[in-house]
Amino acid sequence: MYATLSSAALKITLKRAGMGTDRRGASSDRRMQSLLPSRAALRKLPFGLADVAVILGTLFLIALIARIGRGALVSFVPPQHLPTVDLDPRNLPYYAGRSTLRMFIALIASFAFTFAYGYAAARNRYAERVLIPLLDILQSVPVLGFLSITVTGFIALFPGSLLGLECAAIFAIFTSQAWNMAFSFYQSLRTLPQDLSEATVAYRLPLWQRFVRLEVPAAMIGLVWNAMMSFGGGWFFLAASEAISVLNQSYTLPGIGSYVAAAVTAQNMPALGWAVLTMAITILLIDQLFWRPVVAWADKFRLEQSAAVEGPQSWVYDLLRSAHVTSLIRRAWNPIGDMAGTALSALTMPRAPHVADPRFGRIADRAFTGFLIAFVAALIAVGIIFILTTVGFAEIGRVAVLGLATYARVVVLLIFATVVWTPIGLVIGLNPHLTRVLQPVAMFCASFPANFIFPFATLAFISFHIPINFGSILLMALGSQWYILFNAIAGGASIPTDLREMTADIGATGRLRWRRLIIPAAFSSWVTGGITASGGAWNASIVSEIVTWGPTTLTAVGLGSYIAEATGKGDWPRITLGVSMMSVYVVVVNRLFWRRLYALAEAKYHL
Amino acid sequence: MSATGLVAVTDCCKTFPHPDGRREFTVLDHIDVSVEDGEVVALLGRSGSGKSTLLRIMAGLIPPTSGTVLSDGKVLTGPNPDVAMVFQSFALLPWLTVLENVELGLEARGIGRVERTKRALKVIDLVGLDGFESAYPKELSGGMKQRVGFARALVVAPKVLFLDEPFSALDVLTAENLRGELDDLWNAGTFPAESILLVTHNIEEAVFLADRVVVLGINPGRVRGEVKIDLPRPHDRNDARFKELVEHLYLVMTKPTMEMAPAPATPVTAPEELRLTPVPRPLSPYAHPLPHVRVGTVSGLLELVIEHPQSGHEIANIAERLRLPIDDLLPILEAAALLEFATVSEGALHLTELGREFALADILESKEIFRREALAHVPIVAAIANTLREKSNGRMGAGFFLDLLEEHYPDDEARRQFETAVEWGRYAELYEYDAMQEQLTLSDGTSAPIAALN
Repeated sequence: MYATLSSAALKITLKRAGMGTDRRGASSDRRMQSLLPSRAALRKLPFGLADVAVILGTLFLIALIARIGRGALVSFVPPQHLPTVDLDPRNLPYYAGRSTLRMFIALIASFAFTFAYGYAAARNRYAERVLIPLLDILQSVPVLGFLSITVTGFIALFPGSLLGLECAAIFAIFTSQAWNMAFSFYQSLRTLPQDLSEATVAYRLPLWQRFVRLEVPAAMIGLVWNAMMSFGGGWFFLAASEAISVLNQSYTLPGIGSYVAAAVTAQNMPALGWAVLTMAITILLIDQLFWRPVVAWADKFRLEQSAAVEGPQSWVYDLLRSAHVTSLIRRAWNPIGDMAGTALSALTMPRAPHVADPRFGRIADRAFTGFLIAFVAALIAVGIIFILTTVGFAEIGRVAVLGLATYARVVVLLIFATVVWTPIGLVIGLNPHLTRVLQPVAMFCASFPANFIFPFATLAFISFHIPINFGSILLMALGSQWYILFNAIAGGASIPTDLREMTADIGATGRLRWRRLIIPAAFSSWVTGGITASGGAWNASIVSEIVTWGPTTLTAVGLGSYIAEATGKGDWPRITLGVSMMSVYVVVVNRLFWRRLYALAEAKYHL
Repeated sequence: MSATGLVAVTDCCKTFPHPDGRREFTVLDHIDVSVEDGEVVALLGRSGSGKSTLLRIMAGLIPPTSGTVLSDGKVLTGPNPDVAMVFQSFALLPWLTVLENVELGLEARGIGRVERTKRALKVIDLVGLDGFESAYPKELSGGMKQRVGFARALVVAPKVLFLDEPFSALDVLTAENLRGELDDLWNAGTFPAESILLVTHNIEEAVFLADRVVVLGINPGRVRGEVKIDLPRPHDRNDARFKELVEHLYLVMTKPTMEMAPAPATPVTAPEELRLTPVPRPLSPYAHPLPHVRVGTVSGLLELVIEHPQSGHEIANIAERLRLPIDDLLPILEAAALLEFATVSEGALHLTELGREFALADILESKEIFRREALAHVPIVAAIANTLREKSNGRMGAGFFLDLLEEHYPDDEARRQFETAVEWGRYAELYEYDAMQEQLTLSDGTSAPIAALN
């Protein structure tokens, strides 16, 4: 969903926008802090009150996980009957919990994958040559496209039982997070501060200690930001994957996404409303109880040496720090941690660097490259032959045209978002008060799964006879235009004060100011937003071009509906063809258009 | 005071509200400044004197809280069209060439393309950047960027040219070069502006360039007085009168309480001990501000003074030898005076016996001396140590002290005061600070480190 270059740029834009270490953001957090107990006040609580809060909270969380997890434990044997979704709103908290559990399992899996993949790619030259281009491609494949392929695969793996579907759903979320995070980790490993890296080598640190003391901490902030952004986007894919139609059968996993799907089938508007409300509350709760503390904790890994600016605040983090029970647990864990650390260090002592024979190295390099090219060529050949023999050449042409239709929609969406939302975002960004209020709103809109709103829009389309060929543009926009808005706000907020003073002083106002200062300064933010929005729009097309309300199904002409329909029928060749075509479109447009713009932004418009 | 000048502020006050809305901090207090036709005025002050704020008020970029700004006799509402500013950070638009950057003001005034290119090229030539019209800012050095800044301001032919510490961001040699060129341009008599208003914290620069130096005080920012530079142009740095004026200004800057008389022909005035901010002695120990300087720096300066007695203890000489601007030097002198290691009088630094002992002692001894003096003479450090002693576990969160400090200083300043107090306390081995937990812990007096984190 996020192109390779966008994740780093996004992080910088976020930081510039005051979502981390900016004082402006911090002081607004501090003002909100006055509603919640201040750190000093928490510290003043007698020994026990903060601890009681933490202990109670932890016990509650464990009980919650147990209650929800019990339902998630699925057996390998096909159940007597597939669980259906009960539309009673009182089930919503349970369903939200199930969905949240999936999100967090995927997050843990993503972290594990990230460390393994990124580390391998950074350490081994040959692995790098394979793994990084692979990541590039994987990032360009639309996530929901992955879902289509894998869901049939997973279900075939676990015939009839729910485990396949759970795996597929978790895998869908995983794919929306893992590639960005792996790439971020890889980049951090490659750009370790030279002096720190040399120090660990000079002190002959075991690899395990180097990993834990240097490499992970250096990468932590980037990882946390990427994880947070991807997590927000993940709700969309979760909702899409919980109720999916495969092989002409509808599978539903208990969860909030399937609740929405059931509500749509039953044409139950109030239930939809409850679902939207529950989703909003869930997102806010997770943000306050999980992401804010993690970001506040990760702030201590900032690599700059100065300690001037106040970092991000989180009352949960402060509560955990002031509770004595946390330090007790840490003290209890220390001996175990030390033992494990010593054992792992003994296993990973550094070896003397292996100096390879340069001639051999060159030959090996060339052989490896040759082998790679041959392998990839063979893969492509097999893929093409597979498609040609199963669906035929004409089909490829047809799919390419469908891709054009979807591409046209993406372009219209981007133009609309640029013309409408960019100026609004810039104006907000130029005004610090507005930014403080509206930027969290924009972030929330970006992470709220738009497919929860789709049913309302679908109903409107049906009632007012709006053709879905155009209506789907609105649906795609609902999910992706927020990235342009939110990056525009960040862009406006990051225009340096002295340039603004200078234009005021020299008399450059109105249109001249926009033309000479604001738009060029915000250009790179717009590119970041555009890349992300474009990726999001392609993804959204799979669930926007074919929508249902009750018995009515609206189908638009486009690549998204093609893939969705093929998934519904379980038609492997067509799924592969559709997803490959979409990936080709995304990659081509990325390289020809977005990458060039990004290079231009870096070269000319860099502040 | 009637404002007959080109630009003038009358009875101007500027306050900023505290974030929690309860208090206000006064940055400028009843300021009257006017710039007349055909003169160079320098606003001289330390950081915190509000001189940049005053400049921006006069340029119409910030409104005053009270008082009026008059430009050419008319009350100012919005950015001042008769004024053009040169910024400390150059403020060039990175995506425009030198020529386009310079033309910006003309474009804003609606001047046609051909005409504005002509004027811009002329001014670019005037500042010595001929040949660089099509270069982008990132291809230029700092000095060249500032020349573009000058060109951009001069091409609109403002009545008054405002300079906001224009040479501070440049290295010493480039700054010297540009300063000289500006002076030559002004003295040639065909300067594109009628007057110049220069904000600076560099005393030599003020005396070199200006006809009149307005001295601003701190806490709150106010006009302390004026020194007329009665030297023939160009001002010769080797002239005895030049040196006199510079020394007088150092004297004035190191004595915040002193009433400013016009620069005397021979230095007179009674010696006075250097003290900190002159407001009547407040009750709270947290209201006595600490100078922001590390203990090692104070020690270093005292050692240098001992080692080179032949170059004299004149503060002006020390500043020149060490190339320290007053913003860096004055806090060191204040700290030395506060700890009774030295006295400052007549613009000269005299070490006390204790100061001599401190400078010559080895590290452990000097820490002991510092500890005694800090407890005796530095209210904040003593108060923190006492508060920690009163607690049974000797621990206190940073938030407690920050809250107390925030009652007397703005947020940023409170934070800086806290950090300086922590640095001094750590050096004195009075208390320790855990930045992660944000907790201060009383030292047990020995050099043994406190047991590892909980």
